[in-house]
Amino acid sequence: MTAPVTTRSARAEAALAALETVRDPELDEPITSLGFVVSCAVSAAGDAQVRLRLPTYFCAPNFAYLMVADAYDAVSALPGVRRAEVVLEDHFASDVINDGVAAQAGFVQTFDGEAVSELHGLRADFLRKAVMAGTDQVCRPLLAAGKDPAALLAMTLGELPPSRALDRLRGRRADLGLPAGDDAALVIDPVTGERVTADAMPLHLRKARLTRVSIEANSGICRGMLRHRYNNTLGEGETPPPDDSGEH
Amino acid sequence: MYEHNGEKYFIVDSHMHYWNAAPDNWVPGAEQYAKGWIECFHAYQGLGPPETHWTIEHFQKYSEDDLMKDVFEDGHVDVAIFQPTNLKEWYKEGFNTTARNNEMGKKHPGKFIYNTNFDPRDGDAGLEELKRNVEEYGCKGVKLYTAEWNNGSRGYKLSDPAAYRFLEAAQNLGIKNIHVHKGPTIWPLDKDAFDVSDIDHCATDFQDLNFIIEHVGLPRIEDFCFMATQEPNVYAGLSVVIGGLMHARPYFFNKVMGELLFWVGEDKMTFGSDYGIWEPKWQIEGFVDWEMPDREEYAEFPKLGVAGKKKILGLNAAALYGIEVPAEYQLPAEAGTPGAHEVLGEGSPQPVAGA
Repeated sequence: MTAPVTTRSARAEAALAALETVRDPELDEPITSLGFVVSCAVSAAGDAQVRLRLPTYFCAPNFAYLMVADAYDAVSALPGVRRAEVVLEDHFASDVINDGVAAQAGFVQTFDGEAVSELHGLRADFLRKAVMAGTDQVCRPLLAAGKDPAALLAMTLGELPPSRALDRLRGRRADLGLPAGDDAALVIDPVTGERVTADAMPLHLRKARLTRVSIEANSGICRGMLRHRYNNTLGEGETPPPDDSGEH
Repeated sequence: MYEHNGEKYFIVDSHMHYWNAAPDNWVPGAEQYAKGWIECFHAYQGLGPPETHWTIEHFQKYSEDDLMKDVFEDGHVDVAIFQPTNLKEWYKEGFNTTARNNEMGKKHPGKFIYNTNFDPRDGDAGLEELKRNVEEYGCKGVKLYTAEWNNGSRGYKLSDPAAYRFLEAAQNLGIKNIHVHKGPTIWPLDKDAFDVSDIDHCATDFQDLNFIIEHVGLPRIEDFCFMATQEPNVYAGLSVVIGGLMHARPYFFNKVMGELLFWVGEDKMTFGSDYGIWEPKWQIEGFVDWEMPDREEYAEFPKLGVAGKKKILGLNAAALYGIEVPAEYQLPAEAGTPGAHEVLGEGSPQPVAGA
């Protein structure tokens, strides 16, 4: 596949940059790099139009709603945007989600009778999974370099070399209200924020590894499904995953 | 039967289908769901090797002859287990019912095992139907799709009291194996529909039933593994793992297999092709050829040897279903017990036989 040659207006560039901050909560990746953004345009008058797509007609409606609502919020907040419209295409709940987000109705009202609360709890559950996966991302190179798992216990985030994985882990921890500064413990329980104990460390690291494998494998399947569904057409801002070739 | 490098593999395809998803079977007014469902399945097929892809028309409705050729003649399978999916809200005669499977399979004695299904929301009538199906088709297993839509409801949990009533009834009727497939919709929609904690409750409360979690709980492999390592009667159904990852994402296939061998173990993993999503031939041949790469990043994972592959490809499912395995395909006693209810132990899973 080759990236399409596009010329975007500065307004559209800004909107696309805003969409890069919107993540698929399950896959913990931006909707842009996943290929979920079909198009993104902003008129001179400030009317933004965003079209989104997902890997299947039956992708979970709660996560779909979060992505559409987050995309709406991100684009609406731009200074040059007067009105935003975000449309999810080809999904069994497209109409319900699009109407609900446009009306700023919230999830419970959008899915009247089918939900009992908003999606904060769901989002937090998946941020905790992202923290687990991110813990593996930053710890694995240390272990591979010969660090003893026990040595990780005493380490703080500030002792790690800078990396995108570290920034990402700090960001997810901050989103959850967990310690994320330089003096914060490297390995913490993503529910309590407490430093993991020596006894719990081996299992914690295995769970972190497993959670990362799970999320990354799902991401691989979703990308493959999306390609097949849309006949290899790339989304706006889509980038292939780092592991796409199969081996590191 | 598959023979490779002098080793003979007895093959049980523990998860396959015979569906009609063509427009003639779509429920008027629900066409978009019927179409969306089969197109979603078809996209999964796109993850297999290109030479095994079918046109959407063929995929919607394949024939009995196609199935017999793809699964048995070319596909190496000795015994296949039909897993029904009713979806009667979208498909007039159902998507892939026990009756349809039996209608076809009875012409080929000894080749098929018929699982049935139930829906706890169907109440007394559903219990009657379950009883009729078990008696008529000799079912030893059920396939449950918890996100099935039913009369305004978008799904159920296996820990619901109504589900327990059905599990008790199934057990009394002689059902041994509960195959569970999670889907994206379940009440309430603000919860994670793929959460497997309801199965954890059932597995504890129904110790004499086996719970085979299809697609290893995808997209929640981690939750599934944490549960399976603690529950002796929980098994990993490998459909989608082999079909969806082995060709399309070999790197992640290595990793996912490594995790499953680590947390679940080779005695509790069962092959299923998910036919007609994927043909069994390339999956079986590729799996027998597959080796965990001999590299540092895989060093923590147990290795899978020939004995383990024999278990996964057939012997484990044969044990769960009481399928007689000819002596030439069986393992020597020291290779462990296929299908065994072993507990690896919370927090300290041990490498299993073959490591």
